[in-house]
Amino acid sequence: MRRFLLIAVPYFWLLALFLVPFVIVFKISLSDIALAIPPYTPTLDFSAGWAGVRAFFSALDFENFTWLTQDDLYWKAYLSSLWIALISTAITLAVGYPIAYAMARAPEEWRPTLMMLVILPFWTSFLIRVYAWMGILSQEGFLNQFLMWLGIINEPLTILNTNTAVYIGIVYTYLPFMILPIYAALDRLDESLIEAAEDLGCSRLSAFWLVTVPLSRNGIAAGSFLVFIPALGEFVIPSLLGGSGTLMIGKVLWEEFFSNRDWPVASAVAIILLAILVIPIVLFQRNQQKQAEAEQ
Amino acid sequence: MTIKSLSLTAVLALGASAVQAEEVRVYNWSDYIDEELLSKFEDETGIDLIYDVFDSNEVLETKMLAGGSGYDVVVPSGSFLQRQISAGAFQKLDMAKLPNHKNVWDVVEKRTAQYDPGNAYSINYMWGTTGIGVNVGKVQELLGEDAPIDSWSLVFDPANMEKLGGCGVHFLDAPGEMIPAALQYLGENPDSQDPDVIAKAEGVYMAVRPYIQKFHSSEYINALANGDICVAVGWSGDVLQARDRAAEAENGVEIAYHAPKEGAQMWFDQMAIPVDAPNPDGAHKFLNFILDAQNMAAASNYVYYANGNLASQEFLVEDVIDDPAIYPDAATLENLFTTRPYPAKVQRVATRLWTKIKSGI
Repeated sequence: MRRFLLIAVPYFWLLALFLVPFVIVFKISLSDIALAIPPYTPTLDFSAGWAGVRAFFSALDFENFTWLTQDDLYWKAYLSSLWIALISTAITLAVGYPIAYAMARAPEEWRPTLMMLVILPFWTSFLIRVYAWMGILSQEGFLNQFLMWLGIINEPLTILNTNTAVYIGIVYTYLPFMILPIYAALDRLDESLIEAAEDLGCSRLSAFWLVTVPLSRNGIAAGSFLVFIPALGEFVIPSLLGGSGTLMIGKVLWEEFFSNRDWPVASAVAIILLAILVIPIVLFQRNQQKQAEAEQ
Repeated sequence: MTIKSLSLTAVLALGASAVQAEEVRVYNWSDYIDEELLSKFEDETGIDLIYDVFDSNEVLETKMLAGGSGYDVVVPSGSFLQRQISAGAFQKLDMAKLPNHKNVWDVVEKRTAQYDPGNAYSINYMWGTTGIGVNVGKVQELLGEDAPIDSWSLVFDPANMEKLGGCGVHFLDAPGEMIPAALQYLGENPDSQDPDVIAKAEGVYMAVRPYIQKFHSSEYINALANGDICVAVGWSGDVLQARDRAAEAENGVEIAYHAPKEGAQMWFDQMAIPVDAPNPDGAHKFLNFILDAQNMAAASNYVYYANGNLASQEFLVEDVIDDPAIYPDAATLENLFTTRPYPAKVQRVATRLWTKIKSGI
């Protein structure tokens, strides 16, 4: 009985917070747009009894999914989101790995402070931090003024409202998600393995590539997924820092939902986004599982 | 339960109800009221006012159509109001609770009746035009003394935009107003609901798109005032607020607003009560407060928009009542047009066109 309860709790959690919302969104994606509250039809009418339920199911169809294939806006937006998420993940890894490495190699007594510095930005609202970047990157912003003061540039650079600003925003926001798992992996690394590699004739650099990087593979994978998955559906960063040319699926979803009031098509877009995300999420789960098994 | 604890519970219950003050929740456009009016309302009625803001009709409409927004008073623009009324989002006003309704201006009521027949669901808060705000000094520096700052050609003629682009041009992110503006520039019917006519707006925007810095519906106020941008297609009062902020900052930026001579869109922001408002009684009190001549005048004097309240006009400062950009003369009024809401299918065409204009795809 106790065992059953223990298993039931996480399943209930999944059911309530994932499956039920998913079924609702999926149902809306099969509906049609209507001028009403809520703005789609049909809605389930239990008062009509069995006939009502049958009428409800017969009114559902896959028309909205067909619609998504007819306009190239959607697949272009998915592709562009995938691309932006991929590039951002790569940059975050390139920036995050050295930081995590330095943290893991730092003297023992510094590490809590360094860890604190990585986590500290979370104490401020995400939205405010993105707004702060608007102040830094704008034409009259700190960055341009600083570069002009240094004499590196004469004209202010246009960074805000471009894809560059979106990359900066995503890398900045998700950097801690990359650093923490890599740090955890490197922290656990047995120093004697590197000494052994060096004893056997490895240079420091090849010891790093042949020993350190493979042993932190799990951390790299976990960090990359933690950055890639939310970056793919990102809406706030592209809408605040991006320009009119920034095409991301989160923005397309917003347009469907708000400008067209077309909840059914918006839901269809969301369902496909989820389908795309299922692949990295499953890979992430596998990676976590393998890691857990390896530790046992 | 003992008598003592019973009475204690009763006292607690009484206390709780006395502490819980009446609340009215208002959802209005950003930068759209004199904040002193809000505290004045609280002082006069003892009602707690919770005041939230938005910057696009789309956001408001989504909240209304989802239902259960929790707001007592909301402020959609005319064509959005009309659609939301047909969706059953609002309740009829109880005129008995609005003694100040006698103050309304028939000239405005006649026009708002096309969105809200008989003005049964809404009162006019402000109305204005969609036109062009310019940083006069910078635009004249780039285009010469005779720059067409009172014409749509300033923003729709690529020859002008090519020169203005580097200095910063913002457009409203509001297809329902930007598409009619382009159609008016082309000499088409701005209120057209024919997808083929609407499609003609694409050519206008594609030609000037490389020079547009941003499509946004509220950032341009500060951007104009700070001198960050030279031109904004925006709402009359917002541009005039930018003019005032620049004047206050004494930063040498001179802003001017024009409703383009080819014709500009006239819009109406209407206050209405959602059908599921938690406190419709309090909502009526708020509307009646706004309908008061002096309060309405205070709001207009602050935000530089014209209102639909005839009695308020004697309390308006000269800056507002005598400014033809706010209260247009009869000739300009003739030149203004209104639009109807798009049906769902046409709306999809318009939004898709707008996405294409903004993103190029």
